[in-house]
Amino acid sequence: MLFGLPLLSLIIWLPILVGIAVFATGDDRNAQLARWIAFAGSILGFLVAIPLYTGFDPALSTMQFVENRPWFERFNVNYHIGVDGISMPLILLNCITTPLVVIAGWQVIQERVAQYMGAFLIMSGIVNGVFSSLDAMLFYVFWEASLIPMFLIIGIWGGPNRVYAAIKFFLYTLLGSLLMLVAFIYLYQSAGGSFSIEEFHQLPIPFNAQILIFIAFLLAFAVKVPMWPVHTWLPDAHVEAPTGGSVVLAAIMLKLGGYGFLRFSLPIVPDASHYLAEMMIVLSLVAVVYIGLVALMQADMKKLIAYSSVAHMGFVTLGFFLFNAYGIEGAMVQMISHGFISGAMFLCVGVLYDRLHSRQIADYGGVVNKMPVFAAFFMLFAMANAGLPGTSGFVGEFMVIMGAMKVNFWYAFLAATTLIFGAAYTLWMYKRVIFGAVASPAVEGLQDISRREFVVLAILALAVLWLGVYPFPLTDVMHATVDNLLVHVGNSKL
Amino acid sequence: MNFLPPDFTPAYSEIFILVMVCVVMLVDLAAGEARRYITYLLTQATLLGCAFLTFVSFSAETTFTFSGMFVDDAMADILKIMVYATVSAVLIYSYTYVRERGILTGEFFCLILFATLGMMVMISASHFLTLYIGLELLSLSLYALVALRRDSIVATEAAMKFFVLGALASGFLLYGMSMVYGATGSLHIANVSEAIKDGVGNHEVLVIGLVFIVAGLSFKLSAAPFHMWAPDVYEGAPTAITLFIGSAPKLAAFAFVMRLLVEGLGEMVTDWQGMLIILAVMSMAVGNIAAIAQTNIKRMLAYSTISHMGFLILGFISADWNGYSSALFYVITYVLMTLGIFAMVMMLSRSGFEAENISDFKGLSKRNPWYAFITLLLMFSLAGIPPMVGFYAKLAVLQAVVNAGFIWLAVAAVIFSLIGAFYYLRIVKFMYFDAPEKEEPITVNSDVKVLISVNGIAVLILGIFPQSLMGLSLYAIQNSM
Repeated sequence: MLFGLPLLSLIIWLPILVGIAVFATGDDRNAQLARWIAFAGSILGFLVAIPLYTGFDPALSTMQFVENRPWFERFNVNYHIGVDGISMPLILLNCITTPLVVIAGWQVIQERVAQYMGAFLIMSGIVNGVFSSLDAMLFYVFWEASLIPMFLIIGIWGGPNRVYAAIKFFLYTLLGSLLMLVAFIYLYQSAGGSFSIEEFHQLPIPFNAQILIFIAFLLAFAVKVPMWPVHTWLPDAHVEAPTGGSVVLAAIMLKLGGYGFLRFSLPIVPDASHYLAEMMIVLSLVAVVYIGLVALMQADMKKLIAYSSVAHMGFVTLGFFLFNAYGIEGAMVQMISHGFISGAMFLCVGVLYDRLHSRQIADYGGVVNKMPVFAAFFMLFAMANAGLPGTSGFVGEFMVIMGAMKVNFWYAFLAATTLIFGAAYTLWMYKRVIFGAVASPAVEGLQDISRREFVVLAILALAVLWLGVYPFPLTDVMHATVDNLLVHVGNSKL
Repeated sequence: MNFLPPDFTPAYSEIFILVMVCVVMLVDLAAGEARRYITYLLTQATLLGCAFLTFVSFSAETTFTFSGMFVDDAMADILKIMVYATVSAVLIYSYTYVRERGILTGEFFCLILFATLGMMVMISASHFLTLYIGLELLSLSLYALVALRRDSIVATEAAMKFFVLGALASGFLLYGMSMVYGATGSLHIANVSEAIKDGVGNHEVLVIGLVFIVAGLSFKLSAAPFHMWAPDVYEGAPTAITLFIGSAPKLAAFAFVMRLLVEGLGEMVTDWQGMLIILAVMSMAVGNIAAIAQTNIKRMLAYSTISHMGFLILGFISADWNGYSSALFYVITYVLMTLGIFAMVMMLSRSGFEAENISDFKGLSKRNPWYAFITLLLMFSLAGIPPMVGFYAKLAVLQAVVNAGFIWLAVAAVIFSLIGAFYYLRIVKFMYFDAPEKEEPITVNSDVKVLISVNGIAVLILGIFPQSLMGLSLYAIQNSM
């Protein structure tokens, strides 16, 4: 606790309150004010995250920065929050992404600026709430509440087909979470009237119930991750969302699903998780291989990155269900790294889109001649997306492949094909967009990136390289928690 | 022969409102067309006076009077205060609307007050006859209110439909009550319950009576398959009247179910549980699926009501205090949301123009961002998305259903509410994603502006701090059973 402040509450509510303040600046006459308040708020959110990281003791596997007070007694629901090695890196990722998104939308968004910036800040606070909730009902409230700002962001500032994408996004995710709600209520009854997640972890549950609960959780989390075959909302949502929306979707929203598996599925229903692990691994491998091939055929850059997200998140779910430390830690690293890389990729596409208003690969070509700095950044992120050693993309994938090797050679073999497919679809797109002769007069007129865009991309590039070369600060934080989780998952709860 | 006057204390507010209806009628005669605001203020004062009388007599204890035909318990007091607040809000919301349409008459206020009295009697009934008298007073006032615009063909048609079907349902109800009377030999709710427990009555007769009673109840609740009247009446009635029909009477209907099924026929829970399950599932299915196809906002809200009544009935299925208090919480939040959304529909209407179609919400966020935001809160609340209060209502009911062991029912309920989310989202879509068709600003009186803001924000605040209302519902049920 810094100065005795409840840091974790601050990190949730500060962005939300600033977001409301941004709303209050009103219409577009005060757009500049709204931007600056939003920027200050997001930076403040990031600054609060620093003492949270430095004050975190990586040797402990228990919850830290815990706050617990009653919320509504009628159902014994508590405002119970805390972080451990699993949620901490994700909160950091969110706090870093928010200022970048605010800066990225600085000039592009000229309509309803206050609402746009406010929505992102509120979203950021809500997501921090999801990651730090230790009460299932609190978790659920944050989880669902995060849909509202995203729905509006896609629907208001999105592309031509935005209404379809927004409603599909909302209903798809709602479907999954409603069944999770029923599972929570069942667990609440079984636990004798408590929504505490830590109590759920200790609760013995009969096998059949475990299977049903696992399926309910699976629907909620698989839709969010998204796993094949419930991934179809993602390409639509990504393509139609404004750049900032795509970044938050890819970098943050998808991680909610992955986090859910680690916080709920594995520890609450370990026996069902073991029983259904093969199914999960197969689904993950389908995502890695099949979606990788699908990505190869995309003509739309955003769609391509969206499919590549699905393939990369396949690695995450694959890692979870290997039940060894390499797998789970690798999956965690993959989540963080994917947050940076996919965010950066969407920002790069955003840079091009802002200039040419096209996302079609065919409309570009020879961009390097006009935008050399941008081409260099894009190159780095494309390589990271393909999993080049030395970038963060490599670390996670390598660890998961190692973990898979311990379980079954063929799992590892199939997972490793991503290194080929990933390189193929990313670099082929890169080649067609960046290299070659200047494709059209429009490309001829391109301006290289502005200082603002440079700063955003440089921060992400640093993060990607740093995690690629020296991932220790990240793995160190999660190590004790993951070990503890593995021990817990190893014990039957029947 | 000794005549002992009954104890009038528990019924002070009913007596007061009855006296005041006559006063309002007379004052209105004197005030006339030009000074109708006096009638309006007097009506509001009457409701305030009732609230005062109910509030000072409030106690957790249960008192009976009029030879046990009338009961005053915690649930009754709390529900009555809710009814006064709702009716008062209805009057504030509809004043301008009714005036512009030339139905701001003395009858409007008298009928609303009579209907309120009917609801109060229903809420406090502890005898089948009292219950029936209250119900008829409410229903007859509502029929007349729907037909208030007598030159409108749709309104008259709606009133006819409402009246004919309503009378049929009342007949069902009376027939069922007479069966129960035949089997148990009493019309006192407490005695009926006692007799059934002792196994006095013939079970077959009781069950047949129960079927008729449940059918009658479902009609009044507008639960499927007895829902046919609701869309037509909601659509045909002037929006102000729809607002009234859709809000306060649902509180009375809750009390009605409590008194009849729970207090009177509580011993037959195994018999009515199955019926309620069918009603609940059908209502949720019909309501949510049919609402998708609607283009008329009032019809859509009628179907939405039907689905919400399905959810409300779910609360009764668990047949314990947990479920009943969840159902009470549900009905209170439902009334709060309905008030807000119909008020919004009225605000979009102006003299000579009725906001009837969902597309009238197009571009509301550009025309008036604040009202669009309020509607957004109400829509997400109706869809049951946290952190709006509508979510906690659903949570409470689902929790009771799971507790009673009906997990499949909870799963069905969430699937239907997923379907329901679509048409609420569609309104948000019209408001936020589409360009406005009309540019003229929305002008409303400042009292309506304040009230609608409070109403909308309450949906959010009660969602963030739901304990007060949940605790109140729990208190009401636990002190009345």
